Amino acid sequence: MNRLFGFSTRSVLVVVPVVFIGAFFLYPIATILWRGLGGGGGETFLDLAASSRQRDIAWFTIWQAIASTVLTLAVGIPAASVVARLTARRQRLVRALVTVPFVLPTVVVAAAFTEVFSVIGLDDGAFRFRHTVWAILIAHVFFNYAVVVRAVGSYWASLDHRMEEAARALGARPWQAFREVTLPRLRPAVAAAAAIVFLFSFTSFGVVLILGGPRRATIETEIYRQAVTRVDLETAAALAALQLVAVLTLVVLSTRLEHRRLIVGRGARSSRRPASLGWRGGNLAIGLVLLGVPIGVLVERSFSTGGGYGLDHYEALGERARQLPAPATTALWNSVVFALAATAIAVLVGLLASLVVVHGRRGVARIFDLGLTLPLGTSAVTIGFGMLIALDEPPLDLRTSWWIIPIAHALVGVPFVVRTMVPVLRSIDPVLHEAAAVLGASPARARREVDVPIGMRGLVVGAGFAFAVSLGEFGATSFLPRRPENLTAPIALFRLLSTPGDLLQGQAMALSVVLMVLVATAVLVIESGRRGNEGLL
Amino acid sequence: MLALRGVEVRFGEVRAVADTNLDLAAGEMLAFLGPSGCGKSTLLRAIAGLEPLAAGTISLDGDDITADAPEARPFGLMFQDHALFPHRDVGQNVEFGLRMNEVASATRRERVGELLELVGLAGYERRAVTTLSGGEAQRVALARALAPAPRVLLLDEPLGSLDRHLRDRLIGELPAVLDATGTAAIHVTHDHDEAFALGDRVGVMHDGRLHQTDPPAEIWAAPRSLVVARILGHTNVIEGLDGIEVWRSDAAVMDPAGDVEATVERVHFRGVDHDVRLRTADGTSLRFVLATAPAVGSSVRLRINPARVIRFD
Repeated sequence: MNRLFGFSTRSVLVVVPVVFIGAFFLYPIATILWRGLGGGGGETFLDLAASSRQRDIAWFTIWQAIASTVLTLAVGIPAASVVARLTARRQRLVRALVTVPFVLPTVVVAAAFTEVFSVIGLDDGAFRFRHTVWAILIAHVFFNYAVVVRAVGSYWASLDHRMEEAARALGARPWQAFREVTLPRLRPAVAAAAAIVFLFSFTSFGVVLILGGPRRATIETEIYRQAVTRVDLETAAALAALQLVAVLTLVVLSTRLEHRRLIVGRGARSSRRPASLGWRGGNLAIGLVLLGVPIGVLVERSFSTGGGYGLDHYEALGERARQLPAPATTALWNSVVFALAATAIAVLVGLLASLVVVHGRRGVARIFDLGLTLPLGTSAVTIGFGMLIALDEPPLDLRTSWWIIPIAHALVGVPFVVRTMVPVLRSIDPVLHEAAAVLGASPARARREVDVPIGMRGLVVGAGFAFAVSLGEFGATSFLPRRPENLTAPIALFRLLSTPGDLLQGQAMALSVVLMVLVATAVLVIESGRRGNEGLL
Repeated sequence: MLALRGVEVRFGEVRAVADTNLDLAAGEMLAFLGPSGCGKSTLLRAIAGLEPLAAGTISLDGDDITADAPEARPFGLMFQDHALFPHRDVGQNVEFGLRMNEVASATRRERVGELLELVGLAGYERRAVTTLSGGEAQRVALARALAPAPRVLLLDEPLGSLDRHLRDRLIGELPAVLDATGTAAIHVTHDHDEAFALGDRVGVMHDGRLHQTDPPAEIWAAPRSLVVARILGHTNVIEGLDGIEVWRSDAAVMDPAGDVEATVERVHFRGVDHDVRLRTADGTSLRFVLATAPAVGSSVRLRINPARVIRFD
């Protein structure tokens, strides 16, 4: 960095992300830990161990996350094997399609699955799915399918497939070649994907809250229950502290794995035959049912008006329902404005931070890399709860500020920007700067001509993610002050869903579809800005 | 022993290998020579069972093995960049095929030792494959392919990634190793020197077809078509009124009484002799191996030995 930037530029690069992350993430987190460890004189997270309810909740959180991870790998790895053997163009198409569910708002997905269970009659009776752990697991597989297919699929495609052929020629049957040669080499990608799926399932909020029903609680939903329903902030802080310690450990472990992941074999794509028809068809069918049915049912329900089909539910979005402080269309508009503001903040902070990670001194870069990944691993609920209890007195009293929501959303978005920018910036060969310099460009000019156009691609991808994430953000927002001008679409959706009644459910479906279309558009922008298989996400 | 009849391999609409017939005798070494993209690697992979046939049969000792999976065929396969398993050490790589064939572990260890000794890497069992030099990796790949005692060893440009010095050394050693194990081999290369050095017979491939298969000296002296002649490295193509003549690079001697006059453009000293490029007054470019070097820019007269001229009508 010394070579590329002067001292004052360097200070800005470092100071902006440090202040942002420090004030809005680390300070709230530290507050939670302080209070959770008994600093406020209340319950500590060690006291939680004494309560059998809390022990059950912790145990359920862990095992449902493990089960979700195992199921997602079981469905995702076969699909990855098919994707790895597709042509580059089809790989991009599949990657784009499976990413849509990944960024769908959790509330929308929960709404979709609720409807699926009621359509196929599994919402009650002997084979009840609704409010069971199965509902939670299936929804987690739905979300995280993309993580496994993308991470494992693109890594698989980069592996030299002649290793398997060498094994076959040496007498290995296909499954032996897979077990002995493919799987050991895939392990870094599988482990990295598994770590991410586990983390997302461990901290999953909206899905568990809605699909799990009142009796199924994870640490995440229990924090919400204690803080918002019972207003027992000390117990909530103790739970959040427990959650944080677990998540931080996982994040540190998974970034380790990811660093090891970067040893990529020489890609030899010559004459790789596509997977067999049956294998391709089977995986396609599973993917379509898993991803397509919930989305299809959601769309169908949003147009269904009891007697036939129509736009009634969509038209109703403009009127204020009794459960909402404002019409759903206002909530949608708020969400878009919040998302634009959050994206702007996330892009600014993320870009500066990425430059530090790529061009900074080793030690500083490592700390930044880790520090900026933490919000990705930290649950949204912890972020929202931390802001709620920490940013409540001057000089940082943001509870009444409009900005608290975009700032919370930007915190969730920054890691996405960094994660997409860093590989892109790393991919810029220093030789290009030298080439530009030899051709007569000043260092600043060389940066403008080389880094800016290349970096732009990563920035578009990161911004798209930040926008999509903000649109669907539910966990953190649900803790923040509820005022009519703060009503976001996911919050409105949650309230509509919590109220029985066909008309409101229909409105909820219509609102879900509108949100889904917005998010899917952001994803398509992301995928068209992306070239190659940069990054894990 | 190995027989191919009417073999065809397709990639969608493209016929990568068409109507190919071939017989390989026990212990014989055959080299497929051809430019890149001619289908020689595909043919090799089809023999190994890695590419399905669109038509034709492959049989071994009279038994049809066309439908057999790669692992069911008693063939070994070696790749240009070795394809050693990076997560296993040298010993485990060599042992892999034996383990797949459920050979007992004591026997395996003994056999691995034997093979590493055969390829000159005795005692390398516990080395990580990532620490090997290019030549060592290639020897390990050879030992690995030979470990299950294949009837035929299939080599896909195995020397292509090595430097010239190592290549020359392995060209010397490979036949000795194959002889010692009595293994027949099919070797794919785009280098005619390598094909001549390693093949009892050389098969020239072009556009997915095997054009001619003969011992090296015969095929070089008597290519059956112009395409084959060019692939074998013949460059002196003279178009006359009554057909096309190819003057072999050993066809000319300098002789003041010779009837071809040409200007010397470049002389490449090769130790024993000289690789000389010349151009005639009508612009035809010629290349000959001459014992003595003419001065660049001088005009020389050459006598062409008619016995070393190949004629096509």
